[in-house]
Amino acid sequence: MTALALRLRDSRHLPVVAGAVCTLVLLLVGSLYSSNFLSPDYLLLQLQIASFLGLIATGAMLVILLGGIDLSVPWVVTVGGMMSAAAAGWWGGAGAAIAIPFGILCGALFGLVNGIGVAYLRVPSMIFTLGINAVAQGLMVVQTGGFAPQDRATPAMHLIATGRSFLGIPNALLVWLAVGAATLFLLHRTRFGRAVYAVGNRERAAYLSGIATRRVTLLCFVLAGACSAAAGVLLTGYSTKAYQAMGDPYLLPAIAAVVLGGTHILGGRGSYLGTVLGVVLITLLQSILSVMQIPEMGRQVAYGLVIIAMLLVYGRGRRHAA
Amino acid sequence: MTGGDWHYRLRERRGTLGALLLFAALFALYIGKHPVGWESGVLVTATNKGVLLAIVAMAQTLPVLTGGIDLSVGMVFVLANCLASHLVVGTPMQAALGVVAVLAAGAACGLLNGLVIVYGRLQPIITTLATGIIYFGLALGLRPVPGGDVHAGLADAVTGALPGGVPAMLAVLLAVALLVWAPYRGSVLGRSALAIGSSAAASYMSGVAMDRTLLVTYTLAGVLAAIGGLLLTFVTYSGEASSAIGGVYTLNSIAAVVIGGTSLAGGSGSAIGAIFGAFALRTIGDLLFVFDLEPLWQPLFQGVILLVAVSFGSIGLLRVGNRLALFR
Repeated sequence: MTALALRLRDSRHLPVVAGAVCTLVLLLVGSLYSSNFLSPDYLLLQLQIASFLGLIATGAMLVILLGGIDLSVPWVVTVGGMMSAAAAGWWGGAGAAIAIPFGILCGALFGLVNGIGVAYLRVPSMIFTLGINAVAQGLMVVQTGGFAPQDRATPAMHLIATGRSFLGIPNALLVWLAVGAATLFLLHRTRFGRAVYAVGNRERAAYLSGIATRRVTLLCFVLAGACSAAAGVLLTGYSTKAYQAMGDPYLLPAIAAVVLGGTHILGGRGSYLGTVLGVVLITLLQSILSVMQIPEMGRQVAYGLVIIAMLLVYGRGRRHAA
Repeated sequence: MTGGDWHYRLRERRGTLGALLLFAALFALYIGKHPVGWESGVLVTATNKGVLLAIVAMAQTLPVLTGGIDLSVGMVFVLANCLASHLVVGTPMQAALGVVAVLAAGAACGLLNGLVIVYGRLQPIITTLATGIIYFGLALGLRPVPGGDVHAGLADAVTGALPGGVPAMLAVLLAVALLVWAPYRGSVLGRSALAIGSSAAASYMSGVAMDRTLLVTYTLAGVLAAIGGLLLTFVTYSGEASSAIGGVYTLNSIAAVVIGGTSLAGGSGSAIGAIFGAFALRTIGDLLFVFDLEPLWQPLFQGVILLVAVSFGSIGLLRVGNRLALFR
């Protein structure tokens, strides 16, 4: 028993196992409040809501694996939503067709600037992405205030975000599954994935071993921007409207989900499966806290406490790691 | 300063001096363009806004020097604001006790951060992210809707002008710098904090009291953030639990720390630089008003300036001879 515990502790799978256990515990706690909690309908709905956070967390994880952090998530999400809706308004029927790629492209552009700043200008990611967040906010304010663009979601966006076209599985979940599968492949089966982990562990060593570390960093930020914007497009479809600050509630949960999933916040370690579990955990936690009919205050405090408690159980660092 | 070591001392304070110059230039532009100009009322308003951010930025500097970060400063700031709108009322004696209670609450928040980071061995960034949510929840419990009151005499004294037209907030800021930052920086604790920021492993090997240093550092950060929240109550005469305010102050405090010449990697910098960094940031916001820029364009302009300001450090890249030096 102890040997098993020790082996688990040393392996990379502890966070994944612990995350799965925590998810089950949360479901059990939830089912004490309402029997609906274990019904397939409820679970599918939770997964549908989780897919928005899941997309954002995918991007956030890529950047965190590099040892960086992307604080531009809130407004890049908004950019994705607002620009895709606006494209549909600007170019009529053709616009509706390219609305989704256009929104994602805009997000990728912001990611590109992030990447240039962090990889080539060597500005710490925390502060550069903060600046980009402010710039994105400024641009969106000018765009809504000055040009009054369309903010309605196109039918296609609505269908992808809320529809259930295949076996009753939410389309949003299918999108997350596709992106997740691609990320899994990218991280664990390609040279690029290896390079991401290498840069996160020690960029200097990665550079000396011939990895184009700056290009890897740039690409990760571009992908992160695209992921955030894609989530913005889905969110717009879900709420039928793009609005300012729609991404604000997603920055902290995304980082929390990645870290709860066992990705080291300083980079270099972590698995995508863990992030998936982290996203499910955070979504379930938020859902249970809102079902429990406690005032907003208690919800926030419990939310913070549970995150800390879970991390204390399995996310602790080593003693004086040199 | 004696003898020939002046250029070393100058070099050590390069960041602070740079922030001071940036602020001086921006402020001169602001006053020159302001319709009223150098007048007590203008100075008091500008100072009241600047000092709030300056104190939160000082709070942020302390953990950053150790190589950590405190993402909960904004929420402690908001919590202190809500607490003060309940406690700093009534007779002068009660109000004074209220002030003490608010500062103690800030210290408790900071200590909790420190305890989780030191004994829980969690990373500062994620710890303070989660505790920030808790502190915001508490603030929301204290003030579900904005409101409350504050001791008017005290508030007017702190937010007004001293005889001679000097803003009273400036005296408060000076007192905080002299009573909190200066003793901290001069003590073994402050030096230990910088040592930990430079290299945690080396500090551990040299017997630096790491646990104690980190605990005191995070506690002091909590106290400073609470002082900021207290001052906010004096300015607004009310308490409001707004996650937007907390978020903006946290993020701006990081920007102010960076503009003030403190390295986010830890180990070098000063809270005095952060003060001028905060003043410079605030002046940028005010500049847009005196230049009659359309309100619509203001957030964009502010964002671009912030981006340019934090990218200034990249000029150093031009002098890097060995490309390996770029990477850690």
